[in-house]
Amino acid sequence: MGPLIPNGFIPGDWNFVIALLLGIAFGFILEASGFSSSRNIVGVFYGYNFVVLRVFFTAVIVAMVGLIYFDYFGWLDLSQIFILPTYLAPMITGGVIMGLGFILGGFCPGTSFTAIAIGKMDGLVFTIGLYLGIFAFSLGYPLYSDFYNSGDMGNVTLMDVTGISSQWFAFGFVVIALSAFWVTMLIEKRVRKRITEYKF
Amino acid sequence: MNMHTLNNNRPHYLNPYFGGVLLGLLVLLTVFITGRGLGASGAVKSAVVTTAEVVNQDQAKANAYMGKFISDDISPMNNWLVFETFGLFLGGLLSGILFGRLKKPRVEHSPGISRKTRLIFALLGGALFGIGSQFGRGCTSGAALSGSATFSFGGVIVMLTIFGSAYVFAWFARKLWI
Repeated sequence: MGPLIPNGFIPGDWNFVIALLLGIAFGFILEASGFSSSRNIVGVFYGYNFVVLRVFFTAVIVAMVGLIYFDYFGWLDLSQIFILPTYLAPMITGGVIMGLGFILGGFCPGTSFTAIAIGKMDGLVFTIGLYLGIFAFSLGYPLYSDFYNSGDMGNVTLMDVTGISSQWFAFGFVVIALSAFWVTMLIEKRVRKRITEYKF
Repeated sequence: MNMHTLNNNRPHYLNPYFGGVLLGLLVLLTVFITGRGLGASGAVKSAVVTTAEVVNQDQAKANAYMGKFISDDISPMNNWLVFETFGLFLGGLLSGILFGRLKKPRVEHSPGISRKTRLIFALLGGALFGIGSQFGRGCTSGAALSGSATFSFGGVIVMLTIFGSAYVFAWFARKLWI
C-alpha cells in the first residue's frame, strides 16, 4: 500500500499541499516543544535543559518502531522508501562542522525558522548565515568536489552494513533512549540548582 | 528577579516526551505518505540556487554544484522541501500565537554576552551549519532525524557526529551560553 503518493493512492497534484500541511505540523511541534529558543536548545550541551534529547530521541524511536509495525502489517513497503545515501568521510566532516555551528549558533535550520516566526532576530541572523554558508559552499565546490563525492556507499541502511535486523536496532535505540532519559533527568536536577538566570 | 516572577513568566511548552511522540508520528506519517522524511536545509539551498539563477543564469548553471539543481523547465523553488519549509514557518507562527510567544522583534541571549556577540555567533553558526549540511547530505531534520528513523547508516553517522562534536565544542563555547 504505502508510500501513498509514489504508489498512486494519492494523486501527485496533492504533493505540495501535503508538503505544506506536514510542514505546518512540523513547525508547530518544534515551536511548541520550545525549540524556538536557542537557550533551550543548547541546554542539552550544558546539562541544564535536556529537552532536545527528549524530543529528538522519543521521535526517533517512535518513528522507527512505527515503521517496523507498518511494514509488518503490510501498510508500508520499506523497500520503497527513500534511504539517505551514505558518503562516509564527507558526512562525518559535515556532522562535525554542523556540531560546531550548532553550539555557536544555538539553532539548527528547522528550529531557526520557528524562531523567526515568533520574532527572534537571532534566528533570522542564523538563517542568513545558513544562506551565506550554502552560497560559499557552492562557490568553493570545485575545490572539494572529489572529497564531497568520496566514500559513496550507496543508499545503505544499518541492516545492510551490519547484517543485524531492524527489529534489534529499534530495540537497541529504545533501550539507549530510555537509559539516556533517566540519566539526563538526574544530571538536569543537579545542574539546575546552580543556574539562576534562565527561565525553565 | 525572585522565584515568584520566574514562575509567572514560565513559558508553556509541551511535555517533551509528548512533543517527541508527536514528532515521531509526524515522521512516520510523512514517510507513509511521501516515501521520504522531513527536511529543512534543502529549502535554503533552493533559495540560494534560485537567487544565483536570477542574478546570473549562466554563471549559476556553470557552477558545478548549483548546476545540478537547475533545470530549464522548473524553478528550484518548485520543490517539495520549499513548500514544507514554508509550512514549517507557518506552524511555528501558529504555535507562537497560540501559546503567546509571538512578540516584537528581539534577540535572545545569555546575560553574560551582548546582543552583538550573540548575533555575530548566530551568523557564524548558521554559515557553518549551511556548509556542514551540504557535506552531510542534510541537517538535523533531513539527515539526523529522518535519516536515523529510516535506519539510514549515513543518517545515524550525521546524528552522532553533530551531537558528539557539539558536546566537545561546548566546553570552548561555554561563555556564550552559561
